[in-house]
Amino acid sequence: MTYLAKPKLHHPTLPQNSLGYTRRDYEGKISTLCAGCGHDSISAAIIQACWELAIEPHRVAKLSGIGCSSKTPDYFLGNSHGFNSVHGRMPSVLTGANLANRDLIYLGVSGDGDSASIGLGQFAHLIRRGVNMTYIVENNGVYGLTKGQFSATADQGSKSKRGAINRDAPIDMVSLALQLGVTYVARSFSGDKEQLVPLIKGALNHRGSALIDVISPCVAFNNHPGSTKSYDYVRAHNDAVNRLDFMPRRETIVTDYRPGAVIEITQHDGSRLRLRKLADGYDPGDRLAAISHIHQHHARGEIVTGLLFVDPAADDLHEHLNTVETPLNRLAEADLCPGSAALEALNAELT
Amino acid sequence: MSVPDEGRAGLAGKTATTSASLRVRKIKAINDFVVKFANVNGSGSASANELFARSILRMGVPVSPRNIFPSNIQGLPTWYEVRVTEQGHLGRRGGVDLMVAMNPQTWDSDIQEIEPGGYLLYDSTKPVPAARLRADINLVGVPLTEIASSKFADPKERQLLKNIMYVGVLTALLGIEPEVIAQLLGEQYKGKDKLIKPNLDAFMTGLHYAREWLEGAIALKVERRGNVGDRIFIEGNAAAALGCVYGGATVCAWYPITPSSSLAESFQKYCRKYRVDAASGKNKYAIVQAEDELASIGIVIGAGWNGSRSFTTTSGPGVSLMSEFIGLAYFAEVPAVIIDVQRGGPSTGMPTRTQQSDLLACAYASHGDTKHVLLLPEDPHECFEFSAAAFDLADRLQTPIFVMSDLDIGMNHRLCAPLKWDDSRRLDRGKVMGAAELDAGKDFGRYLDVDGDGIPFRTLPGAHPTRGAYFTRGSTKDAYARYSEAGADYLYNMERLLKKFDTAKKLVPQPIVRKAAQKTGFGVVYYGSTSPAMSEALGALEQQGVHLDRMRVRAFPFPSSVKSFISEHETVFIVEQNRDAQLRSMLVNELELDPARLVPILHYDGTPITARFIVKAIADRVQGSNVRPLKSGKAA
Repeated sequence: MTYLAKPKLHHPTLPQNSLGYTRRDYEGKISTLCAGCGHDSISAAIIQACWELAIEPHRVAKLSGIGCSSKTPDYFLGNSHGFNSVHGRMPSVLTGANLANRDLIYLGVSGDGDSASIGLGQFAHLIRRGVNMTYIVENNGVYGLTKGQFSATADQGSKSKRGAINRDAPIDMVSLALQLGVTYVARSFSGDKEQLVPLIKGALNHRGSALIDVISPCVAFNNHPGSTKSYDYVRAHNDAVNRLDFMPRRETIVTDYRPGAVIEITQHDGSRLRLRKLADGYDPGDRLAAISHIHQHHARGEIVTGLLFVDPAADDLHEHLNTVETPLNRLAEADLCPGSAALEALNAELT
Repeated sequence: MSVPDEGRAGLAGKTATTSASLRVRKIKAINDFVVKFANVNGSGSASANELFARSILRMGVPVSPRNIFPSNIQGLPTWYEVRVTEQGHLGRRGGVDLMVAMNPQTWDSDIQEIEPGGYLLYDSTKPVPAARLRADINLVGVPLTEIASSKFADPKERQLLKNIMYVGVLTALLGIEPEVIAQLLGEQYKGKDKLIKPNLDAFMTGLHYAREWLEGAIALKVERRGNVGDRIFIEGNAAAALGCVYGGATVCAWYPITPSSSLAESFQKYCRKYRVDAASGKNKYAIVQAEDELASIGIVIGAGWNGSRSFTTTSGPGVSLMSEFIGLAYFAEVPAVIIDVQRGGPSTGMPTRTQQSDLLACAYASHGDTKHVLLLPEDPHECFEFSAAAFDLADRLQTPIFVMSDLDIGMNHRLCAPLKWDDSRRLDRGKVMGAAELDAGKDFGRYLDVDGDGIPFRTLPGAHPTRGAYFTRGSTKDAYARYSEAGADYLYNMERLLKKFDTAKKLVPQPIVRKAAQKTGFGVVYYGSTSPAMSEALGALEQQGVHLDRMRVRAFPFPSSVKSFISEHETVFIVEQNRDAQLRSMLVNELELDPARLVPILHYDGTPITARFIVKAIADRVQGSNVRPLKSGKAA
């Protein structure tokens, strides 16, 4: 509850990660979202993923746009710098931040209004450029802060709380991202932490743009019969193609699956994505097949979840721009300013 | 109908030229005239015309060239106007002494622009009807197409070399030293030696033709002088791009828009020259051509927040699009540099013409109460200086800084003082609290005014494992960056921002004042690209006995000296290149001045303001005020 102060004293036996941090060290301010909001579960999943990965909290930069989802970066990773920018424009701000310092881990949190409506252009171009980041869309199909208007991801024919029917076709962020060349894309459900946490861990260790579209029910405005983004609907129609186990580089493999039931993918940093297959023949390395699978199942009212596509050899914007390894914000003056002699030589040419 | 014989100097008409010239007055001038080239866009005329301008410059005579071009790649009319000016008047003069009319589309209007007694150089291959000529100008016909067709086989080459041919003709008639042209061609095609010979051949063909057939046809002459000195010849956009390199910019995000695109492209060029790590071949810069101006400024703000010096370059429509983000950078206090190369507005307006009409849009960009720092460069030299300084100001003040260039400065080669850099100068990164200070237990409040100058400390992401992290937002917050909707917190920040703006007055480039030769109640305030025309105009007015003290404003917010200057004069002319007297509005409102004393002089048809215009406008008003009798005589 937002009016309760967050306790500062913690149990002395809370488990610690390899850096000696407890999960509390990855928390932020107390959430001001509605009780039961899917977004808070996603924040918890982010905290869990970062704690498990033993990421130093200050090595993360968390950025967002405007809306309920975009408020959440204040509610996790309190020792990370955060930037709540303008509506729909997180991608450009994050791109700039990433260009300035390639050494940090970038986490962008956005919503369906923020990314599929007002910010669709910036979303598309960030994916195109392959900015090295994790992009989480907290997708509930409605505008929460302005009280329940449909967003661009609302399914055709779905019903608003007041009974209005959405006539417009939906934008599927996953299919769109696939078409734009995304190199890691997953869909999950805020109510399924077991599925979501490893997907976030895989994304944080991916080089390039990693998108996770998380269906995150809005308890205030979109959790009723007739909605396709309610807890009940998503539970009933969740069609997971695989289950991900994320393994950091040094972890040993324990094989206890029958042959053919597991796909293992090694990412550029040596971390491994082990996918337990749930759908026969689903290949997360086949971009076109992924798009086709998603569309076929969407037509049946099903929500395809899991790690839907990954290219473990992807590169990123810094590779495309051939930038130096040293973060640009740490370059010394001698690296930046050519000095007076160069200018005098140039003057001599300009006559 | 054919051209009257006496007006045509064709292959067969050696005697014809002179007979026409006998009857018509000939403008005579040495190193002080205007040549205008009328061409078809995309016909390759630009390099020939520039060659002409540079050759005069190499003879020690200042020139001031201007591109007057359409929003088009091929086919529409384009002009190149060269003012040859021994006195070094770099503003546009107005009027044309010699028209090189190579575009049939604009023939009639081009002819009308020529001063009586002036000259028309044209392609006389096909006869021109007399009705389409003027009796009070001197006709210099050269059958360029005919000669080119007989001399050059390749049709594409023909067009390009025709342009070089008329440079040859002008060289002979104006007395330019042919060796200078030969040397320039050598420099231009260095490494592409195969191109030198055909160009040189075409040039010599034109030269010989003129020497043989057109002796004495033009009484405008270029004579060698030593009036250029150590000045350099550079476009404002290139100079501004260099300023960004020297100022330490590492991130540039931009969206193509005339007249600013060449700035980003020049930045790329200079970065390739100066910012590639020799050992690894990797770049010490990042340039992103963004999807629109919203993304450009977003990238700039993200990079600025994360401690990189970053900038975007744009023009009016881009500023309109960036407005929301500019408000965020103002209120969340993020450094950003925006170079606005202004063009004619509103809307798409005149995209290839010049204006100073974005002042208000930039000074108060975005919703709510905002005020932004503007720097107002007068020429490429100041484009360099102010662009470099803008990054220090942005870091120091933690706010967007606008460099207000314009098309006239940005896209034309301009003679200016050489660029200078003091190697002892250090980048001012402003108030950034690092890990050591945080470890020492220094109190960090992101929006806390610890020094009384309105400027708080910031930390950079990743600085410290447990201290100094904060949440940046465009919503209201308290001094420790915590979300707040309390009126007192809002007022604290808004008033601190005003204090910070006040601090800026002492940091920005100060105005330049020059007193008149004698005591006067008249003052004039101007800025930016109006500068060269103003200097020339004030000289001419002084000769008429009209004396004005001048102040060139170089930045907003206005330092206190601006108010003092205006208060010391009964009447102050505010000369601007926009319709609504934007600087005047800012002066009246910001300094609480009596508007009646500020007389607007406005030039905004898209062409650069001229000394003739200023002299007439001021002289008329001074005469009207009946303060001092005027001598009669031609202005400028």
